[in-house]
Order: sequence, then structure tokens, then C-alpha cells
Amino acid sequence: MIDEIRQILRDHGRLPVNVDELAPQDDLYRAGMTSHASVNVMLALEDHFDIEFPDRMLTRGVFESMSSIAAAVSELKSESVAQ
Amino acid sequence: MELRVGLDLVSIAEVRRSIANHGEHYLSRVFTEREVADCGGPELASAAGLAGRFAAKEATIKALASSDDATPWADIEVVRGARGEPTLRLAGLFADIAHDAGLTGFSVSITHEGEYAAAAVIAYQTLRTSAVGRIIDE
Repeated sequence: MIDEIRQILRDHGRLPVNVDELAPQDDLYRAGMTSHASVNVMLALEDHFDIEFPDRMLTRGVFESMSSIAAAVSELKSESVAQ
Repeated sequence: MELRVGLDLVSIAEVRRSIANHGEHYLSRVFTEREVADCGGPELASAAGLAGRFAAKEATIKALASSDDATPWADIEVVRGARGEPTLRLAGLFADIAHDAGLTGFSVSITHEGEYAAAAVIAYQTLRTSAVGRIIDE
């Protein structure tokens, strides 16, 4: 999943650094991701994984690293399977 | 009286790109129907107008010091006042945060220059005038 998230960050994160050089735990905001870019990342994640982030998950913490994004996506996908 | 200030800068080109890439998905998650209508409607939405509104939303989040909380952007609505000036309407979580902090007044200013839109928001506690005309700081 990290590879898929990394590709979405390449396409939508508008990061001023090479996404391939970021570790899964690296802080994306410190790497230069703007709040507006994080919106685009969120929308692209929803399209790619066929999920919808509920309001409670629209936090800086969810989108601050590839690892935290992966955890949120996993949670949402498991919820959709359970329903 | 407590005053808080928020400021934000948004690239109009980035908003234009978001509309092209995500269309209605982007518009409906970030803006209210009224905001989109005020900017020309979903088919002809002005990227500059939306960028100004997004900057105002982010400036509001900063003024409320709520960047660690959930940010459903459409719960901050930028609407036009009687003289066409931008004003804020808060709903949901943001209304609760403002209420809990005693911040009941907001002043918004939006500007555009070239490919950027910027907004400043001042959040403040409103003053109540007593029966004898003395200003009471609530």
C-alpha cells in the first residue's frame, strides 16, 4: 500500500522534495506539503481506494506521513468490508 | 478582549488544477453549494474566487488554533454580506470550537494578486453593551 500512496503523493502532493527519498514515517508537512495539496491527496486516495474519509479523519495527523495514511486507509477498507 | 489572527496564501493555479483533476469531488468536499454558486457555479467556477475562499477557511482554522482537529472545510462557509464583503458562517466542529473559546465575532479580508489569493481572519470576543451604555467585555 505504501507504494500506491507514494504514487499518489507524486501525482497530487506537490511536494518540493523527491517523494522517492521519503521514508514512510517522514512528516509530509515538514517536507513541504501544503494544506491545499493535502486536500488533493485525500481526494486521490478516495478515488484510488474507493473509500471516503469521514469528517473525524480529516485531521493533520492522518495525512502527516505515508504510514499514517496507510493506517487510515486500512481502517476504512476494513470498515467497508465489515459492512 | 481576546483577539486571534489567521492568515493564509493559496495558489490560484493549484485550485485550477484541483478543479481539472477532481471536479465535483473537489468542489463538494471543500466548498458549500452557495460558495460554488457565488464563484460562478460548478461548470464555470472561478479558481480565483475559490482560492480566496479556501485561504479564508485556512485562515479561520489558524485563528481558531484548531489545525490539529478535524477539518471539514465546508463547515466554514464564506458568504457575502450586505455590502458584498466576505463574512463567515461556522457550522459543526468549528462552531463548537469558536463557542468554547468565546470567539463570536469574525472579520475577513480576501485579496488577489497575480496567481495568488490571500486571506486574513480576525476572531474576537464580541462586546455587549449594558443598559447604562457601558461596554462589557464578556
